[in-house]
Amino acid sequence: MGATGADTATGRHGDAALAIELVGISKSFGPVQANRDIDLPVRRGTIHGIVGENGAGKSTLMSILYGFYTADSGEIRINGKVTDIPDSLAAIRAGIGMVHQHFMLVEPFTVLENVILGAEDGALLRPSLAKARRELTRLAEEYELQVDPDAIVGDLSVGFQQRVEILKALYRECDILILDEPTGVLTPAEADHLFRILENLRAEGKTIILITHKLREIMAVTDEVSVMRRGQMVRTLVTAETSPAELAELMVGRRVLLRVEKTEAKPGDVVMDVRDLSLTDASGVERLRGISLSVRAGEILGIAGVAGNGQSELLEILAGIRPATGGTVSLHGAPLDLSSITNADERRQSRMAHVPEDRHRRGLVMPFAEWENSCFGYHREDRFDGPFDTLNRVAVRQHARESIEKFDIRPPSCDLKTANFSGGNQQKIVLAREIERDPEVLLVGQPTRGVDIGAIEFIHQQIVALRDRNKAIILVSVELDEIQALSDRIIVMFDGRISGERMAGKTDERELGLLMAGIDPAKGQAA
Amino acid sequence: MSSQLPRWVDLGLIPVINLVLAFLVAGLVVVFIGEDPIQAVRILISGSLGSSYGIGFTLYYATTFVFTGLSVAIAFHAGLFNIGGEGQAALGGIGATLVCLAFNWPHWLIALPFAILGACLFGGAWAFIPGYLQAKRGSHVVITTIMFNFIGSALVVYLLVNVLKVPGSMAPETRNFAEGTFLPFVHEMLAVVGITVSKTPMNFASILALAAAFLTWMLIWRTRLGYEMRAFGFSEPAAVYGGIDPVRITIIAMLLSGAMAGMMALNVVMGFQHRLVLDYVGGAGFVGIAVSLMGRSHPVGVLLASVLFGILYQGGAELAFEMPNISREMIVVIQALVILFTGALENLVRAPMARLFARRRVEAA
Amino acid sequence: MDLDIAIQLMGSSLRLATPLLLACLAGLFSERAGIFDIGLEGKMLAAAFTAGAFAAVSGSAWIGLLAGIAASMVLALLHGLASITLKGNQLISGVAINFLASGLTALIGQNWFHQGGQTPQLSGSGRFLGVQWPLTETIGQIPVIGPVYQNLISGHNILVYLALLTVPATWWVLFRTRFGLRLRAVGENPGAVDTAGVSVVRQRYAAVLICGLLCGVAGAYLSTGMSAGFVREMTAGKGFIALAALIFAKWRPWPALWACLLFGFLEAVGIRYQGISIGSLQVPVQFMQALPYILTVVILAGFGGKAIPPRAGGRPYVKER
Repeated sequence: MGATGADTATGRHGDAALAIELVGISKSFGPVQANRDIDLPVRRGTIHGIVGENGAGKSTLMSILYGFYTADSGEIRINGKVTDIPDSLAAIRAGIGMVHQHFMLVEPFTVLENVILGAEDGALLRPSLAKARRELTRLAEEYELQVDPDAIVGDLSVGFQQRVEILKALYRECDILILDEPTGVLTPAEADHLFRILENLRAEGKTIILITHKLREIMAVTDEVSVMRRGQMVRTLVTAETSPAELAELMVGRRVLLRVEKTEAKPGDVVMDVRDLSLTDASGVERLRGISLSVRAGEILGIAGVAGNGQSELLEILAGIRPATGGTVSLHGAPLDLSSITNADERRQSRMAHVPEDRHRRGLVMPFAEWENSCFGYHREDRFDGPFDTLNRVAVRQHARESIEKFDIRPPSCDLKTANFSGGNQQKIVLAREIERDPEVLLVGQPTRGVDIGAIEFIHQQIVALRDRNKAIILVSVELDEIQALSDRIIVMFDGRISGERMAGKTDERELGLLMAGIDPAKGQAA
Repeated sequence: MSSQLPRWVDLGLIPVINLVLAFLVAGLVVVFIGEDPIQAVRILISGSLGSSYGIGFTLYYATTFVFTGLSVAIAFHAGLFNIGGEGQAALGGIGATLVCLAFNWPHWLIALPFAILGACLFGGAWAFIPGYLQAKRGSHVVITTIMFNFIGSALVVYLLVNVLKVPGSMAPETRNFAEGTFLPFVHEMLAVVGITVSKTPMNFASILALAAAFLTWMLIWRTRLGYEMRAFGFSEPAAVYGGIDPVRITIIAMLLSGAMAGMMALNVVMGFQHRLVLDYVGGAGFVGIAVSLMGRSHPVGVLLASVLFGILYQGGAELAFEMPNISREMIVVIQALVILFTGALENLVRAPMARLFARRRVEAA
Repeated sequence: MDLDIAIQLMGSSLRLATPLLLACLAGLFSERAGIFDIGLEGKMLAAAFTAGAFAAVSGSAWIGLLAGIAASMVLALLHGLASITLKGNQLISGVAINFLASGLTALIGQNWFHQGGQTPQLSGSGRFLGVQWPLTETIGQIPVIGPVYQNLISGHNILVYLALLTVPATWWVLFRTRFGLRLRAVGENPGAVDTAGVSVVRQRYAAVLICGLLCGVAGAYLSTGMSAGFVREMTAGKGFIALAALIFAKWRPWPALWACLLFGFLEAVGIRYQGISIGSLQVPVQFMQALPYILTVVILAGFGGKAIPPRAGGRPYVKER
């Protein structure tokens, strides 16, 4: 271990030896090739970013490094030595720790119990717990990682849960720490804190791999960055010598269309009006606090915010699949029922459509054939009437074929199982179904999550086209770029409140970013 | 995984292989006991299908299993595992019996609709409570239906011993029904058109079973309700999004499932025994689980699987007679093996198949 | 009710609660590790038969016990194979195991002993007989304490005491050892265990095998302790009452003891009194028999505290893609 110290002393950007070197890694899941012949060198004592779009293969690659999957071919070298990592235990032994995107914590356990799980000393818990308690105090001071060791993990906020994950890795004395999309659920302030922790760790000589699709973060904290695209490694660059524009281009493979072609909005009358909407969940946490907003015909209202600040709940309440605990929503002046989860049908009848955030869980029934999904939610309408309350299969399939044609859904087969379509085409199935009903109000959540570039453009165009037909659209997205590109007016949510409202043309990323952190620059203080 | 498999493999080959495995192991058990499995199969087949007498009994048993199998299948499509068929059928028996004992019915055709109503109502009610508790209070339907089997059994014993028993008699059974409630036997029906077959318990309820299978198919794959049940069974959040009320669907699915289980009373109580005896269900509710698993919860599959189990029950009786070493419990063993291989150990065959076909696809590409 | 009857009733409750308790704790190990087990009944039945048969053949209750445990553990392994290795449906596997045990015990029993599925009557060393505690005669003279010591504390067979000791042992293993921590973790979030470098598969198999072991003891107790031989279907739903007790106790060891004692008491009362009168109301014996199930449904329905099963329960562990 003495050599490690000497190496780090030679400097971060010097010729420090490689902590990790992946050579020719390939991995496929059935017919899908997630990683193809990937090389990745990571210098010791650096923060190394890995960027790429959703589905580019970043997480798979890191899961291979952490022993969660085994590669079909290729080689892993840790500190120059070829290392076999068949399981997580081997990864831990090789000094690798990982903070997963979905935390791997046992919620009913205390912080201490979570930390020692798998790293206990001996068969009895008592000595391990005592040791972990001491160790946690030390780590807390060294790296700004304060957590109450006796707290039940399930009661902690996500920011604190993430600290527990980092503590787990450090307790196992890892030299290499992998973080998979660590800021997706964090507020900007929490993210800043995380980055300070990472810098502290780097100063201690640890090597950090940061997986993200947010270029801002890459530019802010990494020393080097590797770009992945469609399962392949595109290039590894020194962060200081590149730009977000260059990285973005490498990520998507061609110039990104940052602005969606659209004309000036001509907003009409208010279609939907939300007053003092509030939501307190079963455990007593206030998810929404006094939300008031309105949408006009012919405009796209974007709702921005870090994931988990109440946008999803708001969307679901409006869609009638989640009850609110207070407030009113009216459509053309008539109040909507906000009392139960079973109002989706009523909403559809009053000409509201909803493209849900999670198409796998909500928007589609995956084992259904495409045609069965093409009428899902509208299956009780007269046009699909068959004898004896049956579904008129001829009518539904005709409808499905028309949608496939109009929305260029591929492969163009309405008998194919929905699960066998690509993400982009699945989203088109949902969008076709909802837009074809020509709704007065369209609620859209994360319309392009997990969707390929080609489909993104198409989906954006469809949403704008609906606006141009003088319909009201509420768009929820955690992708600020998407919000900016599509919206005519933007509302930012933070901690269940509206932290600010701006016209799309009169604001910028910086201002929206501050609002997403709960700070209103116009007022110069926390909202 | 399953999406990778061609339909004929998924619905044809895999169930057949699973079944063959189950019977191979059953054969080993027979060998272990010291009998000749080939001879056993011969007796089984000839006992069940070798004569009109055997066939009649086989189809009589099969009719019962169609009802209980469809019962499990209906709940399955809504994502519910109803193990309570045994109790629901027992209560269905009470329902049908009360109707039959209520009047001196002039003709079975008049009694039948009311008996169906009684059986369905009581069977449905016994499934309603677990369904309601699952939908409203989140109590796992598997556990509550198990509990309701025992509660139902205690209730039926109580009713037979204390309420419905013939006064002065020791036997825990009701008095005989009036003749106006007897469903016609198939041998009687065939005699009318001049065909003579052996006297067997097979009765009009077999036709009801076919109708029930057809209606179940209509329900699941043609009606909006079935569409909603399947959507709910695959994904509850999606169902909510689609405007489907989970409470309503859960309760309706359990009601229909329980009613279907209760229908078996028509075959056994109204069609054959003509009175209610203790434990008339005799495990048929559980056979329904095996039947439904084997039939992949499709009515056609359920019909085929029911006939197979009918063969086992009738042939098994013959077998126990011819080979005293093989008692009737052999059927229970085979039933267990079928559930095991087609249900619990399904991936034993499915996973290698999926790999095989995935590889073939890659090579073909 | 005078003291003698009360003591007799308590003693018989304890004896009737013993198999419930062992099976209940068996289920606790399995379900805390995320493997639902509705096959407790089948495992007990298989063990009861094997224990009865081997005790009869060998003349030793201990050999019977070992054989019973072995049979139960084979079925537990089958459940493990189905639900852990092959990631099958745990409920269906449990149903299959119950039928398998029911069919095989009767089939083999008839084939082996030709006594209508029963095993030969056990006597002497073929059975676990009551153990007299020291000084029963002397202490027995003291009023109140005497009869309690003589007839309630002393005089049960060794498996009864073993079952009682299993309660603190289970608590200690679950909450004070590394093994228990991992076992509980695997039932709540197997992903956390896997990424911590611990084998989920091995941990779950261990839990399932312990479940088999305890069911084996429970079954052996039925045929070689409580009765003198195996009778067809002698578990008679005890595995399901144990399951009910497990839910009733919300998957915790000490409450499991109280739940099993309560259910044992109900059974004892049901056996002793064919129906009870409370005032002018006649409570039929069938109601007493159904009471454990009714109480469990009431608990399951969330009246009297919500019963929350281990979070990963019933689901096979698949690494997410």
